[in-house]
Amino acid sequence: MSLCLQARKLSCERDDRSLFKGLDLDIRSGEIVRIEGPNGSGKTSLLKILSGQLSDYEGELFWNGAAMKSVREHFLANLLYLGHAPGIKSGLSPLENLAWYQALSGESSEGKGGEEQRLEALEQVGLAGFEDIPAGQLSAGQQRRVALARLTLTPRALWVLDEPFTAIDRHGVAALERQLIEHAQAGGCVLVTTHHELAASTPIRRIALG
Amino acid sequence: MQETGLQETGSHSSSHSSSSSSLYGADATADVLPVPLLEHKGGLMIAVKATLVRDLTLLLRRRGEVLNPLVFFALVITLFPIAISPDPELLATIAPGLLWVAALLAALLSLDSLFRSDYDDGSLEQLLLAPQPLAALSVAKVAVHWLLTGLPLALMAPLLGIMLALPVGSYAVLALSLALGTASLSLIGAIGAALTVGLARGGVLLSLLVLPLYIPVLIFGAGAVQAAILGDGVSAHLAILGALLAASLMSAPWAIAASLRISING
Repeated sequence: MSLCLQARKLSCERDDRSLFKGLDLDIRSGEIVRIEGPNGSGKTSLLKILSGQLSDYEGELFWNGAAMKSVREHFLANLLYLGHAPGIKSGLSPLENLAWYQALSGESSEGKGGEEQRLEALEQVGLAGFEDIPAGQLSAGQQRRVALARLTLTPRALWVLDEPFTAIDRHGVAALERQLIEHAQAGGCVLVTTHHELAASTPIRRIALG
Repeated sequence: MQETGLQETGSHSSSHSSSSSSLYGADATADVLPVPLLEHKGGLMIAVKATLVRDLTLLLRRRGEVLNPLVFFALVITLFPIAISPDPELLATIAPGLLWVAALLAALLSLDSLFRSDYDDGSLEQLLLAPQPLAALSVAKVAVHWLLTGLPLALMAPLLGIMLALPVGSYAVLALSLALGTASLSLIGAIGAALTVGLARGGVLLSLLVLPLYIPVLIFGAGAVQAAILGDGVSAHLAILGALLAASLMSAPWAIAASLRISING
C-alpha cells in the first residue's frame, strides 16, 4: 500500500492575517516536498496542520483516501514529526531520551535489543561516545542530532521535519540530505521546511507560501 | 502526477478526483514500499511505563524542585506556633485546618511546572503526537507529580503535627486523608496546569482556576482530621475523599488531554 496525504482547500488564519487560502496538496510515496517562504509565511503552521496538531483551519485532510479524523491513530503510527524545538530533555542522556521515543512508538525500550538499536542510531548521527552525557551539556547541534537519531530508531513512512538542518554542521547536513533522499527512494515521503539550500541533485517538489 | 501548489479558492480546478479508488494502488511506487505502513500496535502500557520512568528520573535529578513544596510546608507550619501562641490547646484546635491549607498551597505551588518544561523543549508536541491516548499518558505524568509531591507531604504532615500539638490518635488519619486528598488535588490541578501551560505567566491564573475546585477536598480532608481528634467516626469523611478521587480519576484525564490540545493550538 502506498501512502498518500492530501489536503483540500486548506485555509489558515492567524491573528486576523490569512496565511494561506485554498491550498490543495497531494503528498505521495517517494516524494520530498519542500515548503518555502519567507519568515512568518506560515510554513510551521502548515506543517502543524498537516501533522494533525493544529485544528483551527478550514479545509479537509485525507490520509490514504480516508478523512483524517477517522484514521488519526493509523496516521500517527506512521508519522515522525520533528519540530522547531528538538523535544530533547536536557536532564536526560541521549540514550534515555531515545528510550522514551522508542516506547512511544510501541516498542519495548528495555533489554539488550532496545539498547543496541539506540546505540546504533546514535552512532549513525555521529554521537558515539556521548550516549551517557546529559543532553543539557551537549551543543545545540548535538541535541538536534539526538532528535534526528529518531529517524533511524523508529522507522516511519511519513517524515515531517521543521527546519531539521538548524545548527547542524556541513557533514551532518550532507548526511541528512542523503538520508532524506534514501527515505524517499525507499518509498517513504518527506515534508520539510528549510532555509538551507539543498543540493541541486536532490529531487524535490517545492511549494511556495507567502 | 498532478501539479499541486498554492491555488486561490476560486481557481480550484476539478482535476482532483478524490474518489478513493484513484488513491489506492494506481501509483507506480505502490508495489515497492520497503518502508511499510504500520498498524498502530497499541503498546499503551509500555508508553505509560516509559513516561513514568522518564518523569521520575527527571525530577529525581532536579531535587530542588521536589524539595521546594516540602520546605514551604515545613516553614509555614513552623511559623504558626511562633506567631499565634504556644498554647497546645489552641494549636490543637486549629491544627487540622492549618496542616491541610498549608499542604494544599504547597501542592498548588508545584503544579505550574507540571507541563512547563515539556512545553518549552518541544516534548509536549511529541506527547500529543503519540499514537497512544493522551489521557493515559498525562495520567502517568500526574502520578509522578503525586508520588513526589502529594505523598511526601502526607508522610511529612504527622511530624509537623507534633509541632502543633496534634493529638497522637489522629496522625494516621491525617496522613491518609492527605494522601487521598492530594491525589485529587494533583489530578484537578493538572487540568489548570494544562490550560495555562501556553501562557508566559500562568501561575496566578492557575491558582484562580483550580482553587474553587479544591474547596470540597479541603473541607472533607480537614473534616476527617477534626473528627479523629473529637473521636467521631472518620470513615464517612475518608469515603467522600475516596469518592472525590474516583470522580477525578474518571473525568480529569480527558479534561487534561483536551486542555493540552487547546494550549498547543494557541
